[in-house]
Amino acid sequence: MRSDVLLSVRDLRIAFDGIEAVRGLSFDVRPGEVLAIVGESGAGKSLTARALLGMLPPGATTGGEVRLLGETDLAAQRGRRIALVPQDALSALSPVHPVGDQLAAAVRSVSRVPRKEARARAVAALERVGIPDAARKARAYPHEYSGGMRQRAVIAMAAINNPDVLVADEPTTALDEERRDQVLKVLAEQREAAGAALVLVTHDLDVVREHTDRALVMYAGRLTELGPAEEVLTRPLAPYTAGLLASLPQNATPGRRLPTLPGTPPTPGVLPPGCAFAPRCSLASDTCRHEEPEPQQVDGRLVSCHHWEDA
Amino acid sequence: MNTPLLDVRDLVVRYGAVTAVDQVSFSLHSGETLALNGPSGCGKSSTAHAVLQLRRPDSGEVRFEGRELTTLTERELRPLRPRMQPVFQDPYGSLSPRHRIRDAVAEPLKVQGRWSREGGPDRVAELLDRVGLDPAYGDRLPHELSGGQCQRAGIARALASDPRLLVLDEPVSALDPSVRAGVLNLLADLQDDLGLGYLFICHDRAVVRHFADRVLEMRGGRIIT
Repeated sequence: MRSDVLLSVRDLRIAFDGIEAVRGLSFDVRPGEVLAIVGESGAGKSLTARALLGMLPPGATTGGEVRLLGETDLAAQRGRRIALVPQDALSALSPVHPVGDQLAAAVRSVSRVPRKEARARAVAALERVGIPDAARKARAYPHEYSGGMRQRAVIAMAAINNPDVLVADEPTTALDEERRDQVLKVLAEQREAAGAALVLVTHDLDVVREHTDRALVMYAGRLTELGPAEEVLTRPLAPYTAGLLASLPQNATPGRRLPTLPGTPPTPGVLPPGCAFAPRCSLASDTCRHEEPEPQQVDGRLVSCHHWEDA
Repeated sequence: MNTPLLDVRDLVVRYGAVTAVDQVSFSLHSGETLALNGPSGCGKSSTAHAVLQLRRPDSGEVRFEGRELTTLTERELRPLRPRMQPVFQDPYGSLSPRHRIRDAVAEPLKVQGRWSREGGPDRVAELLDRVGLDPAYGDRLPHELSGGQCQRAGIARALASDPRLLVLDEPVSALDPSVRAGVLNLLADLQDDLGLGYLFICHDRAVVRHFADRVLEMRGGRIIT
């Protein structure tokens, strides 16, 4: 086991009824790093995140391997060494139990500590995420929390057993910018305090730029590009990444139409032959239409494109 | 100076003891995009609903094409409603899951007595084409479309009423970036071609800065800039 790899994903495949939604994905998560998984709806990023947690929906068939410090039974590690920060804090919490009890239950689910101590840890965890009067708030129900406080409470719950990896699936998608920045700040603090790595699934490229170390760009269930976030966002190697970045309003000339990618992302099961992005790509050649590109090393980055040198 | 398309004066909307919209005033001309920007709960959507008279304001004036709306009865408002159409955030939630796209787009034409067996289907196909959807998509149900396609269908349905004003309440907030760019471009094209006025509600500053002619910042029910 190499110490610079915490979580290793090798040739991960996830299919439903024989239709592959994740098609051979390999990457590592290093201790303490923040890795963004970026892509548009249907790219397979949420399924990948769920595979890391060993919580794929029923009916999914998988191939390949996910290892957390050598362990392959991810579900058994969930809540201990790897934990989920859910997107929707309201539905992640039980409405009929006090928030503090739910955090205490998370503590007792992994270690045999007395009730009293678990409860004290729950209060301390709520305090750490900045919930005022945490001892009293621990006895309150989720509906008595504001939306922002609930979001912080579920982050506290994810971090309460000091996991090695936190997985957050679109934790800020429904939030406005002010709340988004608050949530990401609390998430970063908890991650640092636990010394955990964070896998952040998002389609918000501003979040990637400001809050992550490395970015994995996915398209149609495959790795398009993987590298330091700043480099991927300023010097994209893959035409898909470049097109995605160009379509952002903050990169555009005011008053002009935004550059768009032609067409739409492919539906799983009806992929074109060769590179899945080829029908939308201005650089596509005959090779692209016949041969799916494999990830290749370029300056310490990975890119899957036959024409990355021209992008 | 010509009459503004929409002129809002001292608008107030209260929910019980809470004042959601507090003395908001602005005006908007045809062909212009005015954005309301601000965090969740600042009153942007309440303002939009009061402009559309979906919720009657507690006080203040809403003049649309020179007519005061707040004093009109529902019956008097009915002929004006087609001219001010909403487009909402959730593209799936704003279309009935059981109605095919073509029926959703045809419905305003039928309700407003502008449907004919010969002209109706052609008009629907033309509207779908106008928003960049292959008219063959008319046969589909909303869940058979992508988010961006579905939002385009929602825009086609709004256009079916021949509106002058579109109230766009977070129309691209649920969309992926590359899809969002296409929908924003479509809205810009439609405005250029049809001279529509847009009241554009959006919490994303980068989108607002790119898309709007003027931006009003809201906080706690008030306009602060």
